[in-house]
Amino acid sequence: MAKATALILLAFCFAGVSAQDAAVDTTGPPLPAAPTNVTVADKPDDTGHGVLVRWHLSADDGGGLDNVLAYEVCRADDAEGEYVNRGVSVKGIGEYEDVDKSPTENGNPNPGYIVTGKTYYYKVRAMADGPVYSEFSEPGAGLAIENWYHFGKTPILFGVIIFWAFVVYFIFKARKGKEFYVRPLAGINAVDDAIGRATEMGRPILFVLGTGTAGDIATIAGFTILSRVAKLTAEYQTPVLVPVNDPVMFAVSQETVRTAYLEAGRPDTYKAENITYETAMQFPYVAAVNGIMLRQKTATNFYMGVFHAESLILAETGNIAGSIQISGTDQISQLPFFIAATDYTLIGEELYAASAYLSKEPVQVGTLKAQDWAKAVLMIIIIIGAILISAAIPFIKDLVTVNI
Amino acid sequence: MTFWEKLMNLDRRWIYLSIAIVVVIPAIFSFKVPVATTPEVKKIFNFVDKMEPGDYFYLGIDYDPSALAELDPMTYAILNHAFSKDLKIVIGCLSQFGVGMAETRLAEIGAKYGKKSGMDYCFLGYRPYPAICILTMGVDFRVTFPLDYYGVPLDSLPVMQGIKNLMDVKGVIDITAGNVADFWITYGNGRFGFPLALGITGVMSADYYQYLQSGQIFGLIPGIKGAAEYEALSGFETTGMESIPYQTLSHAVILLFIIISNIGYFATRARKGR
Amino acid sequence: MKKQIPIYFVLVSGIVMVIQYFVPSEESEWLFTYANDWVIVIGIFALALGIWALLKTEFKKLKKPKEAFYAGTVLFGYFIMVLTGLKREWREAGTLHMDLFDNILIPIQATIFALLAFYVASAAYRAFRARTVLATILLLTAFIVMLRLIPLGPFSAINQTVVSWILAVPNMAAKRAITMGVGLGAIATCIKIILGIERTYLGHD
Repeated sequence: MAKATALILLAFCFAGVSAQDAAVDTTGPPLPAAPTNVTVADKPDDTGHGVLVRWHLSADDGGGLDNVLAYEVCRADDAEGEYVNRGVSVKGIGEYEDVDKSPTENGNPNPGYIVTGKTYYYKVRAMADGPVYSEFSEPGAGLAIENWYHFGKTPILFGVIIFWAFVVYFIFKARKGKEFYVRPLAGINAVDDAIGRATEMGRPILFVLGTGTAGDIATIAGFTILSRVAKLTAEYQTPVLVPVNDPVMFAVSQETVRTAYLEAGRPDTYKAENITYETAMQFPYVAAVNGIMLRQKTATNFYMGVFHAESLILAETGNIAGSIQISGTDQISQLPFFIAATDYTLIGEELYAASAYLSKEPVQVGTLKAQDWAKAVLMIIIIIGAILISAAIPFIKDLVTVNI
Repeated sequence: MTFWEKLMNLDRRWIYLSIAIVVVIPAIFSFKVPVATTPEVKKIFNFVDKMEPGDYFYLGIDYDPSALAELDPMTYAILNHAFSKDLKIVIGCLSQFGVGMAETRLAEIGAKYGKKSGMDYCFLGYRPYPAICILTMGVDFRVTFPLDYYGVPLDSLPVMQGIKNLMDVKGVIDITAGNVADFWITYGNGRFGFPLALGITGVMSADYYQYLQSGQIFGLIPGIKGAAEYEALSGFETTGMESIPYQTLSHAVILLFIIISNIGYFATRARKGR
Repeated sequence: MKKQIPIYFVLVSGIVMVIQYFVPSEESEWLFTYANDWVIVIGIFALALGIWALLKTEFKKLKKPKEAFYAGTVLFGYFIMVLTGLKREWREAGTLHMDLFDNILIPIQATIFALLAFYVASAAYRAFRARTVLATILLLTAFIVMLRLIPLGPFSAINQTVVSWILAVPNMAAKRAITMGVGLGAIATCIKIILGIERTYLGHD
């Protein structure tokens, strides 16, 4: 293996040198037989700057003299032109991907660049210990084509289509008036009581959207819950404090709370200074939020969004402050901390489902049912796939494998 | 309140005081705790150890100062190991607040082995939006980082000659405390397929064993214990091994308090049952 | 109309980016890079808004006697770090900016992170009680995993094997299940956003 590696490294030393100039050693160790049937095809699922070179293995690769260590792949712009080394493939593998997307290199034209639609000619020769080389194969020709559909991602496309079909079907059913059962979530059911508790105690509510960005799905789910909570707090005239750590989140939070107060008919009680941009750094943000919790003695804390190592610090400080705490995140590593330290936790997808639970809109609940059915389909595929693969039947595995 | 109820409702300050005491003990009476190596750390060690002088790999120092206690030991151990083997390293930082810290570590350890920026390693510096950085580094380093951290064009650096993108290095080791690891898995290994290993905090480690099992990462250094294992394997012992006694004692105290609270709970329940 | 335009924009751009994912052409790659570049541009504008809001809040607090000292300290810290780090050479090792960063910011951040050690202990004390069957399983699992850092002589190897199995098998199975659920939930949320069913990110229903 070490010898093969050393020889392959040696072969790389010849890269860029015209293959036609390299001497073929006719004395000493016997030469391996040349590979045959070189074919060149477009590399699928790419931007049109790659080709796939295939050949039949040398007769002395795994048989005959059995002295082949690697194959050298060379390319020219025309059949009689100068062939330049493009790379090496180890023995036993009759395939090489030649990809070069960059038209320039270090400011100069890149000689290896593969132009879309241009025909290239490839020759392959076998390399044995020495190193000694076989004769070159007959050239094979082919060109790179720009692809407009990624066939490797077809399983994903089918998955998306099936999911969309479920969503459309259940939204259609929901609009027709069908009522769907969704299992109760303790965390969602506790929201009203938690806000009521804060109102009775005359203490504010704290809503933490986490340390993600405004583009994270969990943060968007957090905005949904913030909207509902802000509407309720507007009705009960309880202040809601929203410290954020991202400027975009700050802008969206302000708008969310302001609109909620407007919809509750209490625009006059909206206070912009309750929504604050603290800092972009993780632990200074945690320190700021902890300070708010302990100074203002918040009665209820909501943690809804993306959290990292700060989750336990926030939850324990809330505990020290005597707050009731409802949390929800899709960060799997932080869920154990929230489960241990907060009163109610929305686990993963339950956070995303919160908007459906709180709004009770048929369309939202319909999407939830679509999710459940998609999960059921997934479970069936996994079970059948596991049984089949145990019986050495890779049908389901091949069906769901994505070649990116 | 009975004794058992007090046991169940201990003031948290006693717990904090106990943790504080046991954390101070190893500082006064230093002792070593044997560390058993795990296969996931060994794979990363072997990856670096099996490379030949002059081979390249990419090291991502993608954490900020808040995680340096846990991640610095593995950074030190890997850099020491790599420089001692005369490997060439391309280093990037996708953490906004960690770039100064990363530069300090490189300069310090590089100087120890006589390694020079631009000749033996290339420190690319920081760029925002990790996903975009990884995608463009997979195409060409120069798209993301036309200049290195010191303002020198990458094309004029001897160490970067012939190194165009992440496919030209043997593999990537990323050390991070945040979600940058997910970006490396999705956009790095997922898009380009290069070998990827991670060094992460202990808290995150349970999350990433699934990627180890699926083969999306080939190795994992979980937290300070993983760092101590790497140090034990490579022989470059720094703060990783020194931290293990602190972890051991604090874990022992936590276990003790769990036992105490359960004793209190069962005793209280038994009394109420009577 | 003001409410409709963003929703239509999201619909069109959402569908375009879904199609882009399945098209590997150069034009498609360009579109992906171009769209991501806009994320950076928007972030920069939002950063200006955030800095303005931050300074406005702190300057307002200066007028309140109880908060004036703290607000003043915060503002002093902001301006000192900005002014001492304006030029690239002022941010190199040994400069005032880096000294402040290394000797004040890093230790403070490490201190906050270190709180976790204490909080883990108090959270574990409160949460790991054998109240129910599931709680007992949680307790025993946590116990076994925490034992791996305690030298147990000949039992360390057995414990290490059990812990590796717990992390690699049931832990991984549970995390994969939650990840799959989260993935489906994310797709559902994205579909709701693209179709305009979910509009709270715009600040209204």
